[in-house]
Amino acid sequence: MSRTILTVDDSRTMRDMLRLALVKAGFDVVEAVDGLHGLEVLGGVDPDVIITDINMPNLDGFGFIEAVRDGERHRATPILVLTTESDPEKKSRARQAGATGWIVKPFHPDKLVEAIRRVAA
Amino acid sequence: MDELEEIKATFFMECEELLADLENGLGAMESGSADGETINAVFRAVHSIKGGAGAFGLDPLVRFAHVFETLLDDVRSHKVEVTAELVRELLRAADILADHVQAAKSDGVADEARSADMAAVLESLSADGQSAAAVAHPAATPVVFAPIPSATADNMGGEFKPMTVSLMSFDEPAPVAASEPWTVTFRPKTELYRNANDPLLLLRELERLGPISVVIDEASLPLLQDLEPEAAYLAFTVTLDAPVQQTAILEVFEFVDGDCDVDVSGGVAAPVFDLAALLAAADAAPPIAEQGAAPAFAPMPVANIAPPPPPVVETAPPPVPEFSGALAASIKTPSPQQQQAKGNSAPEAQATIRVDPERIDRLIDLVGELVINQAMLAQRVIESGLASSSSVALGLDELEQLTRQIQDGVMAIRAQSVKSVFQRMPRLVREVANMTGKQVRLVTEGEATEVDKTVIERLGEPITHMLRNAIDHGLETPDERRAAGKPIEGTVRLVALHRGGRIVIEVSDDGRGINRKRVFSIAVEKELIAPDAVLTDEEIDNLIFLPGFSTASTVSDISGRGVGMDVVRRSVQALGGRISISSKPGEGSTFTLSLPLTLAVLDGMVVDVAGQTLVIPLTAIVESLRPKPEEVKGLGPQGAVLSVRDTFVPLVDIANALGFRAEKRLPSEGVVLLIEVEDGGRAALVADAIQGQRQVVIKSLESNYRQVEGIAAATILGDGRVALIVDVDALVAMRKRDTNRSPEPTLIAAE
Repeated sequence: MSRTILTVDDSRTMRDMLRLALVKAGFDVVEAVDGLHGLEVLGGVDPDVIITDINMPNLDGFGFIEAVRDGERHRATPILVLTTESDPEKKSRARQAGATGWIVKPFHPDKLVEAIRRVAA
Repeated sequence: MDELEEIKATFFMECEELLADLENGLGAMESGSADGETINAVFRAVHSIKGGAGAFGLDPLVRFAHVFETLLDDVRSHKVEVTAELVRELLRAADILADHVQAAKSDGVADEARSADMAAVLESLSADGQSAAAVAHPAATPVVFAPIPSATADNMGGEFKPMTVSLMSFDEPAPVAASEPWTVTFRPKTELYRNANDPLLLLRELERLGPISVVIDEASLPLLQDLEPEAAYLAFTVTLDAPVQQTAILEVFEFVDGDCDVDVSGGVAAPVFDLAALLAAADAAPPIAEQGAAPAFAPMPVANIAPPPPPVVETAPPPVPEFSGALAASIKTPSPQQQQAKGNSAPEAQATIRVDPERIDRLIDLVGELVINQAMLAQRVIESGLASSSSVALGLDELEQLTRQIQDGVMAIRAQSVKSVFQRMPRLVREVANMTGKQVRLVTEGEATEVDKTVIERLGEPITHMLRNAIDHGLETPDERRAAGKPIEGTVRLVALHRGGRIVIEVSDDGRGINRKRVFSIAVEKELIAPDAVLTDEEIDNLIFLPGFSTASTVSDISGRGVGMDVVRRSVQALGGRISISSKPGEGSTFTLSLPLTLAVLDGMVVDVAGQTLVIPLTAIVESLRPKPEEVKGLGPQGAVLSVRDTFVPLVDIANALGFRAEKRLPSEGVVLLIEVEDGGRAALVADAIQGQRQVVIKSLESNYRQVEGIAAATILGDGRVALIVDVDALVAMRKRDTNRSPEPTLIAAE
């Protein structure tokens, strides 16, 4: 059974990069273009892992994660944050919001898959 | 790797959009209409460009974007105040960012010196730069251009650095003599579960390092009635018998640092670790290759976090003692992150699909064939003698209607708004304004005006020239403007609109207008016109389009680097377009450019000329008439003019001009098409007969055969024959050139 990953990023380039790496690794990929869209998409799918960007219009990554954790349906879904910063402040904020782990951009496909492995049952 | 190349192409497409967002946002900031979300959007644009660029290893772009982003981050967190000067610098930075994108796209190199200067300016404007400048650092030293370490730190990330010993050492033949097994105890906190981490997965990760045995400590597990379903009660003690380094074990707990108590002991060195310190130190550690250079980059925010600790060398014994607590303490100076505003001004999402343009081009070609085929079918039906009221003929009429509609529909798919072209212009205006020392405000209107892609691609160059000309020649210097009682800042308007089935682009300025006396004398001086020529104001204005004309007494940087207006006019005419200028002294000038909406189809008049079928573009034709013999006056040995309502218009025999027939036919025996060429000038083309008016599909003659003077393109008619489309302007120019050898009046002669 292949796993489904939801990627939330306002950059098409980044979504494409994620899709390329994830599909190669055998995952199914669902995409959303910002936090608000991500919440909408979550109304219809139950991904095994969510990967989200932080800087996004409409609803940013922090807000998105908080909303997911506040909801019932996906509160136990692992969420990985994509960040260009290795800024500890950003990570701790993401974790405060409810992030499970993080991936630093630009990512190597292997590292991406490894991060997913670390949080996905 | 094809897919990656595709994504890269997407990235550059996205960059265009992001750069446009950036430009728009900065424009709003410039005009003072920016809110918090605008600044966020500006930040995001640069941030996304950097992110994508990092993925493709476009280092110069990443470096510059990083400095830019740092300043924007300060702006959105109100650490740096928005001033007119700041916005000006941001706009300049946006231009250079665009250069970097362009350079990356074409595998070229951006102007590094300029980029470095700009980066230095950006850094000096950022919060850190300002304070650094206040302390000691002269802000503009080249050393300041230093995003390298931080960018690389980004690349490597805390957790994925080569220093993370784990995997490497795992592969190596036991670098540490770890005969003693590791003992790892960890006690998850409730937060660990809340963030969807799972102790089981952590144990699984530990198991990847080597064989483990786990003992669960359920001592703090309460009675069922007291049990909080979401609280953490269990602790785990893991014995790991593997020759790994401690960092590898701690890395397993990286995501849950702080959400659980971890204690690692055993192995070779057995001190208790300060996990936070270790991880933080790992975060701050520069990659090995960079460490020598790292200390030079003090002003960078990332470098501020801590002085770079010694790198972790894989083969060294566990470097535990070197990670001191002091280091961990020095980490705690991150900049407060501004909560990102959740903007309520959501940009409207447009449901669009992306289609390979080649598919649309093919579709348009096919529809072109369909139009031709339908015309052929109609021709056959007529030839077969069927009545026009027959059901076949009626059905054909409907088919014709549908074909037209399909064609319009397909053309609409390929239509694009002129926005993509207009967007490039603010930058040009800024640059030309800087070069000329003039203050210019660009106002654009009608950006949503749509026109076929083939035309869009050709619009950029003439607009660029018109704008350059308007600023360089049209607008006065601030001093002159002040003296003339005008606002110091000149206004240039760039307008697009549809008019009469064509797209019209207007570039107008509120400058001094054309100095007609000077233009006239220059034209005389350059022997472009006779000294005693009588010209209307409009005709004088349009002299600037004559080949070899330039009003600038000194060739400035701007006009010197471009081509003359004559070349612009010629290239516009080659597209079936016109360009003209009108001017009011002291009030300004207006360039008007009009082009057909598409270069794929054309409404034409089909005529017979010496047994050939030719198509004359309908846009050029003013009227058609059958002249009486007395209206034709001979002029000179060969020439002739036609008297049309008190004006004499030169006659051009098409068959003659194109070499179909040597002898001249009396115009009164054929039909005359009165056409308008260039501006104001008219001519009368003599043909044998008119077949009718028809929309034809343009086929390039150049790419299928070769260029022929006087012929613009070709088409295929209903009967399957190829017909040539006449280039009216070229035809008249040919005639003018021939007759100019003999003493004859020029076209402009009137009365």
